[in-house]
Amino acid sequence: MFAIVTVPIDAAAVTAAVADPATGATCTFIGTTRDHHDGRAVTELEYEAYPEMAVAELEKIGVEARRRWPIARIAIVHRIGVVPIGDASVVIAVSAAHRAAAFEACHFAIDRLKEVVPIWKKERFAGGELWIGSQTGQPLAAGREAP
Amino acid sequence: MKVHLRFFASLRERLHADAAERELPDGATVGDAWDGLCRDHPEAAPLGAAMSFAVNREYVARAHALRHGDELALIPPVSGGC
Repeated sequence: MFAIVTVPIDAAAVTAAVADPATGATCTFIGTTRDHHDGRAVTELEYEAYPEMAVAELEKIGVEARRRWPIARIAIVHRIGVVPIGDASVVIAVSAAHRAAAFEACHFAIDRLKEVVPIWKKERFAGGELWIGSQTGQPLAAGREAP
Repeated sequence: MKVHLRFFASLRERLHADAAERELPDGATVGDAWDGLCRDHPEAAPLGAAMSFAVNREYVARAHALRHGDELALIPPVSGGC
């Protein structure tokens, strides 16, 4: 399951999507929107995606994770639009025979998502709003390799 | 040749548009397309240093040669996740 959605993410459903009787470990990461950033009180976050490419990039993360760790299944769901503070903006679930692979592949997947998947976050706070990433971002190279 | 441009996030807001068509000479590169866009819309230029590019949904370098009908997405620094 690799998806961009505009509705609240059901973390239990994402976790259930990677269930497999051959596995002994499932790791689910739930990324939630925070009420502060850089010392500012954040009132709301809004996400935008290039949906067709974002789903393709999520699938590539799944391929990379499978190549590097002996995992059984992986699912990644990202929400876009306005996401209220405290709601999940992203849920990643990974199942594997043993816990080390599940933890490591899940960690890899969220780090990689933040680096390459074409999704943008706008932060709204008292007195303004800001697209996050444009302050420090570097261009992504073509033909990127797994780190 | 004609290419389809897609704009997102900070660039979309600066250009007040999420897509455009652009005529380019044969052999034009992604960098040429960006430079032309910035000539017509100087307000886009400050974003150039950090801009990434994707053609038909794959990241490419500025030197990538475009073809008629390509979809060129201009991708400001991404910030998905939490």
